[in-house]
Amino acid sequence: MKLSRRKAIIGGIVGAGFVGVGWWFAQERDRLGDVRLFNVKSDQAALNGWVKIDRHDSVIVAVPRAEMGQGVQTGLAMLVAEEMDARWDQVRVEDPPDDPVYRNVTVLLDALPFSPEVRGATVDGARWATGKVAGVLGISITGGSTSMRDAFLPMRTAGAVARDLLLRAASRKSGVAAGDLVVSEGAVRRRDGAVVARFGELVDFVGDLKPVQAPKLKDPAQFKLLGKSLPRIDVPAKVRGTATFGIDVRQPDQLHAAVRNAPTFGGAAVGFDLKGELPKEIKKVVIVPGGIAAIGTSWWFANRFLDDGLVVRWRPGPAPKLDSAALWKQYEGLLETGSAALTRTLGEAVKAAKPRVVEATYRAPYLAHATMEPMNCTARVGKRGVEVWMPNQSPTLVRKVAAETAGVATANVTVHTTFLGGGFGRRFETDLVRQAVTCALAMPERPVQVLWSREEDIRHDFYRPMALARWRGELDVSGGTPRLTGVTKRQVGQSSSDAFTERAFGAPALGQPEGNAVENPAYAFPFYRLEAVVADGAVPVGFWRSVGHSHSTFFDESFVDELANALGKDPFTFRRELLADKPRHLRVLETAAHEAGWGSPLPPGYGRGIALRASFGSIVAQVAEVAVEGGALRVTRVTCAVDCGPVIHPQIVRMQMESGIIYGLSAALHGEITVSEGSVEQANFPDYEVVRLAEAPAMSVHIVDGAAAEVGGIGEPGTPPIAPAVANAVFAATGKRLRDLPLRLA
Amino acid sequence: MIALIVDGRRYDVDVPADKPLLWVLREDLAIVGPKFGCGIAVCGACTVHVDGDAVRSCSVPVGEVAGRAVTTIEGLGRDQLHAVQRAWIEEQVPQCGYCQPGFIMAAVALLKDKPQPTDRDIDEALTNICRCGTYSAIRRAVHRAAAIMGGAS
Ligand code: FES
Ligand code: FES
Repeated sequence: MKLSRRKAIIGGIVGAGFVGVGWWFAQERDRLGDVRLFNVKSDQAALNGWVKIDRHDSVIVAVPRAEMGQGVQTGLAMLVAEEMDARWDQVRVEDPPDDPVYRNVTVLLDALPFSPEVRGATVDGARWATGKVAGVLGISITGGSTSMRDAFLPMRTAGAVARDLLLRAASRKSGVAAGDLVVSEGAVRRRDGAVVARFGELVDFVGDLKPVQAPKLKDPAQFKLLGKSLPRIDVPAKVRGTATFGIDVRQPDQLHAAVRNAPTFGGAAVGFDLKGELPKEIKKVVIVPGGIAAIGTSWWFANRFLDDGLVVRWRPGPAPKLDSAALWKQYEGLLETGSAALTRTLGEAVKAAKPRVVEATYRAPYLAHATMEPMNCTARVGKRGVEVWMPNQSPTLVRKVAAETAGVATANVTVHTTFLGGGFGRRFETDLVRQAVTCALAMPERPVQVLWSREEDIRHDFYRPMALARWRGELDVSGGTPRLTGVTKRQVGQSSSDAFTERAFGAPALGQPEGNAVENPAYAFPFYRLEAVVADGAVPVGFWRSVGHSHSTFFDESFVDELANALGKDPFTFRRELLADKPRHLRVLETAAHEAGWGSPLPPGYGRGIALRASFGSIVAQVAEVAVEGGALRVTRVTCAVDCGPVIHPQIVRMQMESGIIYGLSAALHGEITVSEGSVEQANFPDYEVVRLAEAPAMSVHIVDGAAAEVGGIGEPGTPPIAPAVANAVFAATGKRLRDLPLRLA
Repeated sequence: MIALIVDGRRYDVDVPADKPLLWVLREDLAIVGPKFGCGIAVCGACTVHVDGDAVRSCSVPVGEVAGRAVTTIEGLGRDQLHAVQRAWIEEQVPQCGYCQPGFIMAAVALLKDKPQPTDRDIDEALTNICRCGTYSAIRRAVHRAAAIMGGAS
């Protein structure tokens, strides 16, 4: 097909993924940001919207992404520091105000319900439109493993622009021609290295200097900081116990509120009766969206008061009788007869001379995020507008929802993003904003901190959707050795992206499956057909670390193992054959297998399993080693290989892989949210157990350089492969195939 | 009034004796280093020391610690970072960091009992939860802290 020139340009920009997006916005002057944007104080000078310097020789970088452990403050600051040749020990970070310049475009491009390989006019058009919309809306979001991918060019550009300005400012100050000056190690110098001005001495000389429009970025060979495991910016405060999380916010006159959410999904409080006098510790009882809050001087007291001090009248939600068994039944029906919202066919179906069918059905349950810091939000509503302090993944949405709730313009809302005690997708949601602002409206001029107990947190999450899938493989057994002729997958589940866009933007549901739940496996199957059925449901669903990959990788990689077994092949060898034309994937797979000692003997009761997934721009393979002894399953060792493109900070990459593995392992071994009588049955860590130290396997992470130019994500790609790797290892150890999550031997 | 000694300072607080120590620290004394994670003594985020022993302060009524020495993460390294905190920085342990005060306090208590703990000792003593999965870094940091402290004595 011949493309029109315009179409080719659009397709090229979009098709190039992050580079395209980065380039596109690098051309837009406003992505650099005006010098007035970034809260400039009197002893500071801003060089653009991303960086300022102060008289104490600090370089202050705007990090508009939430630090939730993924090292984003460090990683993003490194981009600026590299290009402006700052010293790492002079770099600080600050949360800039919410502004379109800090938008995250990549996350929305990623969220489209198309596999990255799928092309065509509709898809490219949708990608392009989404990019435009993201640009116009200016959504500041941390998630989808996009921060580095999105910032890689804009923030380096900001650093390069800053460097050029400092050079010219130093020339102005010293009278030395800019051409005779260089920047290195946090100072402007003569070519022989003699210092002409430290950055801090240039605060008064930047003045009206105009930024260059198209600065030259460094060639990667010149990088001094990028690629090094520099000390993380956030670590010292977190070790001293002085880092401020949302729950730690303390403002003058602050009150504390505890909440009980409606027991059934979608229910509400309609009234309440006090059992006695209102105690002096409680200022007010307020009905809030989704529940009821007691506001007082002590959260501990208010939380207890909600149990002992009043009787709430609840209006049940739309499905007060809902239970998990009925849901599975409904899904089983949809698996048989539901019409597919999305179908996709790759390759030609070939009729086998002598067919044999391999079929398997897999299940994944709902999961809670269980961030270590329970949900909270602090808000004040007063004459000066609305102020919100919150550990959140999207200040733009927080601001929008706070404005709606308080009935003011967004311009009157200020959002402060604190450290996040874990995000994992839960902190995109704005349910707590509505509750906190509602409480704050009841207590004018007083900050109110709404905090949920762990029980509320587990019972009122936006869950990773439960899902059901049936894989079918066709073999031709007419020859001597069986041959794979094709595979088909039918999958049923709610759509977290539909649910989220409806909640967040009031956009009508597209009825489309969540994008990366339906991404194609990397393997070159002779024929592949996908049918995705979208289920409606009363259980609220949302984004959970690695989103749709979290269950579909379990389905896909378990079945690839079953196919290998049916073909009488080693699971590693079989995958290698199917990846023959994908050199990057192949190297990742081979590295994991090699480092794990694939094929070397193991004691009886032990087994190894392998799994691979490309997600969020990176490729990850893992080999799990398990021991099944006395009916108990123990994961002893996990070997992980990752190709995430250019590596900014190797240690953070390794830590994120380990983090993703443990998060995924908690789900694989324990995670299960079940529903009964319209409510979640689990409530706290004893019945929603997670991996602790004693269960944590030995882990090794190997970074593979596949010579890719594009930066990949690291926050999520470590999670998807672990569950199937463990299930496959259990099969190797015992011959028993576990097809339901969480993995249970009996 | 209940008399408390926290991080070397004396406080008199007017709270019910059954109010958990965690909430007295966080609400009445504005010491927010110890964190709330579960409220039922299963996650360890709220760990502090009482007379040098690790306790889960969400489940200790303040009345029980009257007059005893309470140490929190904020007091542990106030003048000079504790060896465990130094090891934690050297190993770059924290991710989100929320669980880390509890882990550090539990590790300090472990090393007091067992100056050279094995991996098994560490697994058994540190039953806290970290949702970010910093467990292998924690193991390394405890061994490093043991080495620092061993070298110092
Ligand atoms: S909050 Fe005390 S152990 Fe979890
Ligand atoms: S570092 Fe996040 S919970 Fe442990």
